[in-house]
Amino acid sequence: MHNIEGKAWKFGDDIDTDAIIPARYLNTSDPRELAKYCMEDADAGFAAKVAAGDIIVAGKNFGCGSSREHAPIAIKASGVACVIAPTFARIFYRNAFNTGLLILESAEAAAAIADGHQVNVDPATGTIKDLTGGQTFQARPVPEFMQKLLDDGGLMAHWRKRLRDDK
Amino acid sequence: MAQTITEKILAFHAGLKEVEPGQLIEADVDIALANDVTAPIAIAEFEKLGVEKVFDKKRVLLIPDHFTPNKDIKSAEQAKILREFAQAQELKNYFEIGRVGIEHVLLPEQGLVGPGDLIIGADSHTCTYGALGAFATGVGSTDLAAAMATGKVWFKVPETIKVVYHGELPAWVEGKDLILHTIGLLKVDGALYQALEMTGETIAALPMYGRMSMANMAIEAGAKNGIIAPDEITLDYVRPRAQRDYTVFASDPDANYCRTIEIDVSKLRPQVSYPPLPDKTRTVDQAAADNIAIDQVVIGSCTNGRIEDFRLAAKLLKGKKAARFVRLMIIPGTQEVYRQMIKEGLTDIFLDAEALISPPTCGPCLGGHMGILAAGERAVATTNRNFVGRMGHPESEVYLSSPAVAAASAVLGRIATPEEIL
Repeated sequence: MHNIEGKAWKFGDDIDTDAIIPARYLNTSDPRELAKYCMEDADAGFAAKVAAGDIIVAGKNFGCGSSREHAPIAIKASGVACVIAPTFARIFYRNAFNTGLLILESAEAAAAIADGHQVNVDPATGTIKDLTGGQTFQARPVPEFMQKLLDDGGLMAHWRKRLRDDK
Repeated sequence: MAQTITEKILAFHAGLKEVEPGQLIEADVDIALANDVTAPIAIAEFEKLGVEKVFDKKRVLLIPDHFTPNKDIKSAEQAKILREFAQAQELKNYFEIGRVGIEHVLLPEQGLVGPGDLIIGADSHTCTYGALGAFATGVGSTDLAAAMATGKVWFKVPETIKVVYHGELPAWVEGKDLILHTIGLLKVDGALYQALEMTGETIAALPMYGRMSMANMAIEAGAKNGIIAPDEITLDYVRPRAQRDYTVFASDPDANYCRTIEIDVSKLRPQVSYPPLPDKTRTVDQAAADNIAIDQVVIGSCTNGRIEDFRLAAKLLKGKKAARFVRLMIIPGTQEVYRQMIKEGLTDIFLDAEALISPPTCGPCLGGHMGILAAGERAVATTNRNFVGRMGHPESEVYLSSPAVAAASAVLGRIATPEEIL
């Protein structure tokens, strides 16, 4: 899995899945459609502003609330390459990996990185570099099998590939 | 080694003698369920795997309850995916309009879930079934899809927080108030990745509907599951309904807990959670003093959509009317609850109070349909979440309470104590 570099978008504590993708848009599961409304109730213009490869840097308990997989799907489809937070809600944590969205836990990086800073992330080592702020942080690295899962685009794509390769 | 009830159920389903917190296990699921929001993704993921049939057509449950009766064309297309999959897979437990209810009210009522079960659902409030002494937890659609195919799911065994409730419940204090108070203490991430075991003399005297309100909201403290060990009250509820065998587990007296919290309920007052998080709890007296004018009241949901919840609301609404500019909505959780409401004359009380009675649906709880709030509007709801925009416009607000506080508030047009309308 290669490095990610992009602009940081800061959010606060306890960003819930209703803020990530409001239920009024859950009458579809089309990623492109969901991406248009990503983070709408936390930052109304987010989907229009965010660029491919950007990074969400948020407070504790990111993704709390409902089990909707539409949340990591919307974030990934909006172009966001990685979410950094001190902690993630349990269901969101599993859903992120299962849908192929990279997430890293680091309280220090989440606190120090400011909105708009350029950030570089190495998933293999867990190194997070705040290029604008000139600081480096260490998150727990993403284990190799989880990197493969992310590279393959999520759990099911990963399994299909593994089952095919085994044949 | 001494075990908690959660550890025992997980060990049992993993074919192990015992498990310990932090251990990764692969467990057999008894029930895998999804609704009209989460099942379409799960079905698409299931189909990616290339497996022909679900692991067990009796144990994969599809419950279209969120946007049904179909809200619009897009929702109808989503619901159609469930129907066609249920037909193709010959699923035994798919519920069409007229039979369907809110999933977490419907499944216990129909005896489809029981003590000792391991249940996963692509819905975060799946933890409700912990009230029956089951291990039940919410998962995403992809995890569910894998379980639909294989009947298995992997877990990290959680640590357990034990909450012990002492004392007799004061008047108008319900299971809902206990859990709101508990979330206020723990905060929305206080039980993150952990099990929440609820016990003590207060719980031993608490009826099933109150226990279900409590287990239902364990997720609002971030918990993996909420659980109450089965006792005679549980078994009286389960026996006439159970469609399968069940197993009663209990925590060993010397089991390990990461944290124990003792709560004396004897002086507790009804609780109100202020927006925008369920942990922003105040007493109803504080809320009444804050003079919070409201536009809508919703009584229903997987938290408080059971017959006893409506009996409580009816007791307060009898002979009274909703305030002129308040929209009062009553949403029975299932068709059986609806029928019972009619039999007991509760529907007459609600109609006399000029309430709207809705068919069973999740509807407004998640801001889906059937009672959406405009900018600046405020609702008191017996639901489980009051996040920004949860019931409609991002500038609307939801205050969470029990049916008693909701009923009193509907009459007075502001957040009110039950005593104020007696």
